[in-house]
Amino acid sequence: MRVMAQICMVMNLDKCIGCHTCSVTCKQTWTSRPGVEYVWFNNVETRPGQGYPRRYEDQERWRGGWKLTSRGRLVPRAGGRARRLASIFANPLLPNIRDYYEPWTYDYNALFDTPAGDDFPVAAPRSLISGERMNTITWSANWDDNLGGMPEHESDDVVLQRIQDKVRMELEQTFMFYLPRICEHCINPSCVASCPSGALYKRVEDGIVLVDQDRCRGWRMCVTGCPYKKMYFNHRTGKAEKCTFCFPRIEVGQPTVCSETCVGRLRYIGVLLYDADRAPEAAATPREQDLYPAQLGLFLNPHDPEVRRAAEQAGIPHDWVQAARRSPVYDLIATYGVALPLHPEYRTLPMVWYVPPLSPVVEAITASGHDGEDYRNLFGAIDTLRIPVSYLAELFTAGDPAPVELALRRLAAMRSHRRRINLGEPVDPEIAASVGFDVDKLDRMFRLLSLAKYEERYVIPTAAAGDVRRLEETELSGCSLDYEGGPGMGGTESSGPFGEASGRPAPLSVETFHGLRERQTSESAAETAGHRGRINLLNWDGRGLPEGLFPKRREDGDGHGDGHGDGRRDGHVDRGEEPGAGPGEVSGRGEGGES
Amino acid sequence: MPSPVDIFLWGAFPYIAVAILISGLIWRYRYDKFGWTTRSSELYESRLLRWGSPMFHFGLLVVLLGHILGLFIPAGWTAAVGVSETFYSFLAVTLGIVAGVLTYAGIALLIWRRRTTGPVFLATTVNDKAMYVFLVAALTAGLATTLINASTLHYDYRVDVSPWVRSLFVFQPEVALMARTPIEYRVHTITGLVLFAIVPFTRLVHAFAAPVQYLFRPYIVYRARDPRNLGTAALRPGWKRSDV
Ligand code: HEM
Ligand code: SF4
Ligand code: SF4
Repeated sequence: MRVMAQICMVMNLDKCIGCHTCSVTCKQTWTSRPGVEYVWFNNVETRPGQGYPRRYEDQERWRGGWKLTSRGRLVPRAGGRARRLASIFANPLLPNIRDYYEPWTYDYNALFDTPAGDDFPVAAPRSLISGERMNTITWSANWDDNLGGMPEHESDDVVLQRIQDKVRMELEQTFMFYLPRICEHCINPSCVASCPSGALYKRVEDGIVLVDQDRCRGWRMCVTGCPYKKMYFNHRTGKAEKCTFCFPRIEVGQPTVCSETCVGRLRYIGVLLYDADRAPEAAATPREQDLYPAQLGLFLNPHDPEVRRAAEQAGIPHDWVQAARRSPVYDLIATYGVALPLHPEYRTLPMVWYVPPLSPVVEAITASGHDGEDYRNLFGAIDTLRIPVSYLAELFTAGDPAPVELALRRLAAMRSHRRRINLGEPVDPEIAASVGFDVDKLDRMFRLLSLAKYEERYVIPTAAAGDVRRLEETELSGCSLDYEGGPGMGGTESSGPFGEASGRPAPLSVETFHGLRERQTSESAAETAGHRGRINLLNWDGRGLPEGLFPKRREDGDGHGDGHGDGRRDGHVDRGEEPGAGPGEVSGRGEGGES
Repeated sequence: MPSPVDIFLWGAFPYIAVAILISGLIWRYRYDKFGWTTRSSELYESRLLRWGSPMFHFGLLVVLLGHILGLFIPAGWTAAVGVSETFYSFLAVTLGIVAGVLTYAGIALLIWRRRTTGPVFLATTVNDKAMYVFLVAALTAGLATTLINASTLHYDYRVDVSPWVRSLFVFQPEVALMARTPIEYRVHTITGLVLFAIVPFTRLVHAFAAPVQYLFRPYIVYRARDPRNLGTAALRPGWKRSDV
């Protein structure tokens, strides 16, 4: 037994209202730079729907994840090492930008510059890829939001296609829910396996999968490797980028940005202990439907003293083992068994799990005039409403309805049980017993799913207790601008000696800062002659002063550049411009600083 | 007695070019790991790239292999294993022409694609354009040399070019050998050496990252966090991380 610890997430889909707050805050933090305009580390898909990128689940086409050979060996579905190298010069399995969508901005300046006339000026859309006018916008990361385009796009849902032989989707019976997705930080990541340079790696301490930006050579094989299409290619730097599980936040014990800002408070983060020795075997489980139980079998019970001893022997810090005991994620996955993995059939052993949504079922019953809160009705409906269950089973258990049904029954039981309490009716232990729980356990699950406070939803041990102070990107002992080469070369302005993207990378915070400042102060809003002037007002935080909004200020030459903005930040930039400001080799995306 | 120009071109310039290549690579690795990438444009356009890039690269690999065989295996050795001179030059010329034409067509397709596909053109830097000039010059000179050789009475470059190349490696450059070769060989050699020298400073560096190590690596890579490097902030000079 080789115990490893991993930071893991569970999302309770019943609570997702599809507001996209998580996507937007994530984008603000990580991908509001040129080159990754089309990238959403966190995206929210409406199901049924095509997803983002379009039809990414069609592995017949994209060949992501792993497959079992006839001799039971696990190889990347796109082919082993030699096959990958043979197709390195052009990779036919790479999605095109249009499979995601062509990112755009608007010619906002037209609103200001158009001379007065009879017609209203129009801010026409302009592509951020080609710089050209776009006549019609036809797709985006969530174009089919809330079933938009149904039933025209219905037939394009890969999952629906698979179950369509069994049931045709009746529009009147349409069910719908939201599926927020981030990188799964898989135990058996096929993105890592397909990286020829070895730039991608799984972090030993917390299982987060990261790209070493200094080692990535832009072979773009990882994009093909990941079946969830959560590896992205930055088309300006020529390097891969992915969800980082907000590692700088996790290291100081804070939840990811998507979790922190989630309106539905439906995300849980905690530590899971698993047996790394048995992982390859679990991923190679012959029957796809057995992959969920096989992965479940990898997780170690942190309440078992034997496991805790083995964990500490394996060098896992004491506070991590303690955190594993309080892990909400372990409870949802193992103790209550209501969380399920997304597409276990890809064999990557994903580590972001989902509590399936009961609401489509409840809604269906209520719509048919029955009591949607009565557990007998609910149980009956789970059995007879084939569409939601088989759809969910295709998502979460490779088609096996039993685990989905069990999870839904437990949620249904919880619902009925709590309603009786709310209405002052006597507690019926029969309800809990019908799903294999006792009343106390059902109540505890209810607490965790409904009432749990911040500290209970996010149980995150810090990277190193003694180092907390230094972990933050900007704090007193070190300025994040102190990286080699110093500031001023940062971000979108910088262009190394070999054209854009060469030279030391700036820490992401610096690049975002410069990008934001540039957008706020550049001459024209949608200048597209070069790449430099690209502006995306979606990212404008409303604080800067777009040129022309106000009369020009008198230049008083105090050296503070544009004369507005945050004085403290300006101060940092100026100080850093002294030569030799950067003593260390540290950068946002160097060794140990990744993205 | 070779002229001073010959001495420079065939006695000194090869060393200068290789020195620039090596020191340039070291320098770039040290200071621009982040810029060391293919800068793939496949995300924008793949229909033409799917043909152009493999044609160019596979063609080029065969061309490179041909150079190594032709320049480093003395004529005596091939004769010793029973390969007749006519058969050897037949093989060399045919293979050279096939690979050369493939490479040339590939690069033509790639440049055409680069010019005509909006997003790809937008992503082309001045550095890229200059690089294409040198690359195409070297390829043109090389292909021309092969074609001239094939169409005229066979000139055997293994008599003087190859010994000259080998003489470079023992630091006894036989300048006179190279100085008497046909003009196309000399032009090709110079353009080739210039290309060597610019490689570290262009996107062509990606060739030196060719990921052969992938073949020998376990699929899953684990890495521990660098304990000296938690977070992204640098340690201030004079400060030391405490071990508590
Ligand atoms: C065996 C080692 C090599 C590998 C693995 C390799 C791989 C690649 C890859 C993946 C691309 C990006 C294609 C794309 O997606 O846009 C590329 C582009 C390119 N490579 Fe190579 N390459 C190698 C050697 C070379 C050599 C030796 C040269 C020339 C001296 C070269 C010249 C180029 C050029 C000019 C491009 C740009 C093509 C374009 O988009 O216009 N490569 N290479
Ligand atoms: S989900 Fe994340 S860890 Fe898993 S294969 Fe994709 S990019 Fe890699
Ligand atoms: S913020 Fe929360 S509720 Fe809103 S879309 Fe994201 S996951 Fe759903």
